[in-house]
Amino acid sequence: MSAAPSTPAIAFRGTSYQLPGGEALVESLSLEIREGVTLILLGRSGSGKTTTLKLMNRLLEATAGELLVEGKRVEDWDVIRLRRRMGYAIQDAGLFPHYTVERNIGLLPSVEGWPATRIRERVQELLEMVGLESGIAGRYPRELSGGQRQRVGVARALALDPPVLLMDEPFGALDPMTRAELQGEFAQLQKRLKKTIVLVTHDLREALLLGTEIVLLDAGRLVGRYAPAEFMRTADPLAVAYRHAFSAPNGSPLPPAAGGVR
Amino acid sequence: MTIFDYLLAHPQEVLALTGEHVSLAGVSVAIATVTGVPLGVFIARRPALANTVLGAVNAIHVVPSLALFGFLFAVPWIGERAPRMAILALSLYALLPILRNVCAGILGVDPTVIEAGRGLGLTESQLLRRVELPLAFGVIVAGIRVAVVLDVGIATIAAAIGAGGLGELIFRGLAMVNTSLIFAGALPAAVLALAADLSLGWIESRLRERV
Repeated sequence: MSAAPSTPAIAFRGTSYQLPGGEALVESLSLEIREGVTLILLGRSGSGKTTTLKLMNRLLEATAGELLVEGKRVEDWDVIRLRRRMGYAIQDAGLFPHYTVERNIGLLPSVEGWPATRIRERVQELLEMVGLESGIAGRYPRELSGGQRQRVGVARALALDPPVLLMDEPFGALDPMTRAELQGEFAQLQKRLKKTIVLVTHDLREALLLGTEIVLLDAGRLVGRYAPAEFMRTADPLAVAYRHAFSAPNGSPLPPAAGGVR
Repeated sequence: MTIFDYLLAHPQEVLALTGEHVSLAGVSVAIATVTGVPLGVFIARRPALANTVLGAVNAIHVVPSLALFGFLFAVPWIGERAPRMAILALSLYALLPILRNVCAGILGVDPTVIEAGRGLGLTESQLLRRVELPLAFGVIVAGIRVAVVLDVGIATIAAAIGAGGLGELIFRGLAMVNTSLIFAGALPAAVLALAADLSLGWIESRLRERV
């Protein structure tokens, strides 16, 4: 494993996001995200985790403080270039309903001017990567199951092979069985991809399974930053509450923390 | 003596007037579509502007059509030729359903889909051309369909200012109290409206099916 590069992939420096009405959704957040980590933004609804994610690809613009991507302030980036360097996968996938799977995945390569044959190859490669049969390429999103749609959403986010992947509760809308299946597969995929991944979730199991680092947010503020194993030990009341909320009624343990090994 | 008499005796004339009628309504809806779609796209995400524009276009519908045709005599260039006046008036009438449906269509696109597209790095114009317009297309066609039916009907009144079309037969028939003459104008107008409605309806349902 190489030494941590000097420039973090993403760095928040006292970054805030305030609504025009004055309510702060993210308050002076300072956070460095090193290249290659899978950072989990964990928190309940309204904790500011989705807002934090959207600041990174400028779907929202920070109202105070700084936010650096690869050492460069986000506002100095060409916003389209910035977004194409950050894959974006969201809950329910948000697939384009009028496009087939193939065109959904191939849209960004096509607007980037890739030749048709290269797009087709890339789509096949991505379908395989996310565990879908190539025959699905001609189907429309409405003809897919929730799990398949979510897989296509991940494939679409990976189309341009971006160094960063932003994921907003990508498995949130799935039934527990399908979710567990996709989480497990994504854990495998993650090892092959070696990307910087920022994943928003309120699911502690998902955080422990996929994260190399867990950032706990509450009411727009950073509560703590933990390695997964550390999260299971910390006495921070909110982390304790989280562990409690996710422990099974019979006291059976949570899945082992996967990220501690890195 | 039946109401079909005039129609059967003068098929050439009825056909020629039907042609005029189609071109009056057709050109007007085409003008309204070409101006209305971009204008609708522009105002759709600007609620204050949309209210103003839709309000103004709506106000045109308050003016009785016969009077609106008459007012246009005063407009330079337009007022010189009756068909010009008719086409301008009919375009203005057609504008409302088209504008309204463009706005509704664009605003009706699932915001999650738009946000996904934007987050992935589509430019605003790519988003419009590849996502918003295709998804709004069915609703836009529905607006054009309403505009066509509206204009085919109102175009009969254009004959009152001498713009031609099937209204000529109807007005002549009214003046002469000749039912078969009125019918010779009314029947083709009704058939036109129905045919346009059905064919556009078919296109519309095909488009909605895809989404």
